[in-house]
Amino acid sequence: MQARRRLLKMHFESGVGHIGGNLSSLDAIMVLLHEFVMEKDTFVLSKGHSAGALYTTLWSLGRLSDADLRTFHKDGTVLSGHTPVAALPGVPFATGSLGHGLSLAAGTALGFRFKQSSGTVFCLTSDGEWQEGSTWEAMIFASHHRLSNLKVFIDHNELQGFGKTATVASMSPLWDKIKGFNAHLQIVDGHNLDDIRRATNVETDSVSIIVLKTRKGHGISFMEDRMEWHYLPLSKQQYDEASAQLSIR
Amino acid sequence: MRSEFCNALVGRSGNENVLFMTGDLGYMALEPLQEALGERFINAGVAEQNMISVAAALSRQGFEVWAYSIAPFCYARPFEQIRNDIAFNDLPVKLVGNGGGYAYGVMGPSHHAIEDYGVLLTLPNMRVYAPVFNEDISAVVNCLSSELRPSYLRLGRGEAPDGYVIPQYAAWRQLTYGDGIVIIAVGPLASTYIGAFEKLPKTQRPNLWAVAQMPISANPLPSELLSQISSAPALCVAEEHVKRGGFASELALYLAEGGKMPKQFRHHYALAHTYGTYGSQQFLRSLSALDEGTLLSTIAEFAPTSV
Repeated sequence: MQARRRLLKMHFESGVGHIGGNLSSLDAIMVLLHEFVMEKDTFVLSKGHSAGALYTTLWSLGRLSDADLRTFHKDGTVLSGHTPVAALPGVPFATGSLGHGLSLAAGTALGFRFKQSSGTVFCLTSDGEWQEGSTWEAMIFASHHRLSNLKVFIDHNELQGFGKTATVASMSPLWDKIKGFNAHLQIVDGHNLDDIRRATNVETDSVSIIVLKTRKGHGISFMEDRMEWHYLPLSKQQYDEASAQLSIR
Repeated sequence: MRSEFCNALVGRSGNENVLFMTGDLGYMALEPLQEALGERFINAGVAEQNMISVAAALSRQGFEVWAYSIAPFCYARPFEQIRNDIAFNDLPVKLVGNGGGYAYGVMGPSHHAIEDYGVLLTLPNMRVYAPVFNEDISAVVNCLSSELRPSYLRLGRGEAPDGYVIPQYAAWRQLTYGDGIVIIAVGPLASTYIGAFEKLPKTQRPNLWAVAQMPISANPLPSELLSQISSAPALCVAEEHVKRGGFASELALYLAEGGKMPKQFRHHYALAHTYGTYGSQQFLRSLSALDEGTLLSTIAEFAPTSV
């Protein structure tokens, strides 16, 4: 909850949108980075527009300061709206153009195999991102090479930039398409931390796909499942109301 | 150059750090490399975007990664992956495009690579190698192996005339000597002019230079070439690349900024992807005024008039 509040504060102070997709993915990023991603592992944020959730999580881990977060999206910052190039330890790639992250994660996992490293690669994609052909190229590659050291999370909030995924370019249900691959598939509540933990802990002999059923704008009543919060920044009144809702919880 | 390239990499295959990726190309050519590298030879399938991002990620871990395809499939299809994943991160992935320029000739415009180094050199830190002769490949592969920047190797076919002694590989080499104009040709195209130029009288014979590495900012012109440009009646650039953004553009800017403008400037370049008819590389070069006959006409334009 503290991270959720800090995320909202950061976005409000910077006048920046993309809040909805940050709130839908924050729980998973927090669980993964706090409990699973160790020194030998790699986390790839393929949905680079959730950079705010990643920065907030890094803040909660003590790797970024309040002063750092206050620079978010401002002139001279390293905390750009989508993840930056080589500016933050543990953020190996600048993402933001969708459809790159799964390939980068698969390449990292293959490299770990060549190096005989025990590291695991964690990759968080959006659901809209599965409309990118390159994501499927990466899925074919990861499946073919049986990258069992790769765990892919899909922030399945069912909303994208200009509509519902089901009405823009429907693959619903997305997991039916993934089932045909040589992959281990799980579908869990993406806001239930224990569900995320259990799914992440499952050992597999092929690439692990974990569909996180989430809500865009999760935790803020007037944002939940509303497409406009993909882009919109918060007004002062909305920020106060959202903060009040989080305090009550 | 492909077989020489394969042989050179086979020579490096003992290095466990070397990884080779191909976009499902190399049949009847790269089998020796496949055998030498074993599981480190990765056929990434017909999926070039993924191949380039995977190559970037492997390079990030310190592997020496070569990513190979027919040239346009290597740089045009996955351009954003090259830009975001390789160039932004300044990763020393070695992109290898087979069949630079019109090398795939009659196969059609989808297979032509006539804007490759132009677009790639817009990216930060990119280095381009366009070897001139087949014999250059071993040295070029060594250069690329130790390259700390993203790089692109444009492979073609470069054969010296019988009896011609090929100068040792260098970014800049003078191939013919005379008192005529200065001609700079990019990559293997330079090798196609040697025979005709050697037959010219010394008064007309151009000082032909081959450039094999770009950008100029990383491979400045030799002082001897600059001196020739300042005294020659004209400077001519020939490149199997479109006019906009090609080598000549960079050279003209370089010379203008340095106050070293030639007396006259001519540019022979690849005209277009979309001719109404197709043919061999030689045929397409002729359509683009890149053939030796057209170059000889340009030389004659500036030849001293007899009294």
